[in-house]
Amino acid sequence: MDAERDVLDLLLADARQSTADIARQTDRTEAEVEAAIDDLEAAGVVHGYQAVVDWANADEERVEGHVELNVELDRETKYEDIAGRIANYSEVETLRLVSGDYDFAAVVVGTSMRDVSAFVADQIAPIPEVTQTVTHFVMDTYKRRGVEFADHDDDDRLSVSP
Amino acid sequence: MKVADRVERTPPSGIRKFFELAEAADDVISLGVGEPDFSAPWAARAAAIDALERGQTSYTANRGRADLREGIAEHVTQYDLDYDPESEIIVTAGASEAVDLSMRALVDPGDTVAVPQPSYISYAPTAKFAGAEVLPVPTRAENGFKLTDDALAAAGAADADALIYCYPNNPTGAVMDEADLRPVANFAREHDLTVFADEIYAALTYGGDHDSIATLPGMGERTVVIGGFSKAFAMTGLRLGYALAPPEAVEAMNRVHQYTMLSAPTTAQFAGLEAIRSCDDAVEEMREAYDRRRRYVLSRFREMGLDCFEAEGAFYVFPECPGDDEQFAENLLTEEGVAVVPGSVFGEGGEGHLRVSYATGMDDLREATARIERFLD
Repeated sequence: MDAERDVLDLLLADARQSTADIARQTDRTEAEVEAAIDDLEAAGVVHGYQAVVDWANADEERVEGHVELNVELDRETKYEDIAGRIANYSEVETLRLVSGDYDFAAVVVGTSMRDVSAFVADQIAPIPEVTQTVTHFVMDTYKRRGVEFADHDDDDRLSVSP
Repeated sequence: MKVADRVERTPPSGIRKFFELAEAADDVISLGVGEPDFSAPWAARAAAIDALERGQTSYTANRGRADLREGIAEHVTQYDLDYDPESEIIVTAGASEAVDLSMRALVDPGDTVAVPQPSYISYAPTAKFAGAEVLPVPTRAENGFKLTDDALAAAGAADADALIYCYPNNPTGAVMDEADLRPVANFAREHDLTVFADEIYAALTYGGDHDSIATLPGMGERTVVIGGFSKAFAMTGLRLGYALAPPEAVEAMNRVHQYTMLSAPTTAQFAGLEAIRSCDDAVEEMREAYDRRRRYVLSRFREMGLDCFEAEGAFYVFPECPGDDEQFAENLLTEEGVAVVPGSVFGEGGEGHLRVSYATGMDDLREATARIERFLD
């Protein structure tokens, strides 16, 4: 497998590990690992590195709304044009074009349900091409980006076994 | 109460002492574990739950469920092994039972069983419980702990009746490819040895694909291939293994099995069937994780100046250690809280080495290797 793919797998598993540790696990030099990371970033494969947070355990009010958006296109307006306008808001954490009953699936983050509702009503709904919005508030998160949030059992294997 | 002589004569495993020491100590990171740190793939666990919910709690056929035997027959074709699910496969309570059945069904009291050393700790006692004599056959670090025809000849295995080995190997992590196996096969044919090939770690090879001695000319008829679900599918506690052998051998093993075990655990058989049907991707993910850790541990040990041959199978590396291995392991445990297993526990040729298991998460491996580095300074 090529270096970039190997490095990407390890960054996906744990982006905080050192380049030295990535090098050891892939039988490559640190310089090769650094070059692979540079290439991944330059090619727009890797856009950033973030923590996977379970906000339920953070001492902070945070509300997440999954918003379905329907839009109407015309000759001058494409999906990307509308997406660009919506994605510019810092409240919009994620924005995707999807198939099915609606066009865009957005994740909007705020400090309260009122905050998120107001943002959708005041900023998103008035966009001329947006014909409908449906907001689903997230009630609980069990798994995010491959990480389960439930408490895991401790390692109960015998400490030394044949 | 009186204990049977053959049991009295068999000392408890040397691993026991380190287990007790490790259990008694605080803040221990264990690299002494001989089983996966993953749980069985969810699809396999779900199949077990489903079987229980449907009330599938009775015995199965002695040899195991027909659909599972068919699944195993299909599963082992990846190693070019071709066995008839009806007459040449028996499902056992772990590969351990398959080892025991091999000895009790195919070895007579007074027969000699050649056991390469260092070795998994159960072979010699199992052979002795069956009344056989054990002939140790040393393997060496300079040969990558592979078994050679020269070593067999030098140990006097020409007069032995059977040979039992494990490749990919516990405790060394050594593997044997077809070119390595050919001279051993020739030796076995020439001197009429039955071969018990414990291939429980077959799915965990990192340099190339696993080769089975049973595929070599004239070997199928004299080989029992022992396999199982414990290591590849991370289901040690479900106790599910199997043996592949010629019909008369399976018939003999089944005769012992039907009187002593009756059938392998039913719930486990449902989990095992689902595992081979749908869990290839999960196995591959685990294999890749082990491989990354293997490279990490090997490279850390080499940075510390510990001599360590390139182990390419199972989830063990077997570095040399300075001085007496038992003393080293005991001091490492008490001073730095890292548990490893001294190589001498696994027999001749293991002394001066440590069995280090990387069936442990990366965070623990980082911390444990840092502690070992500090201990060596």
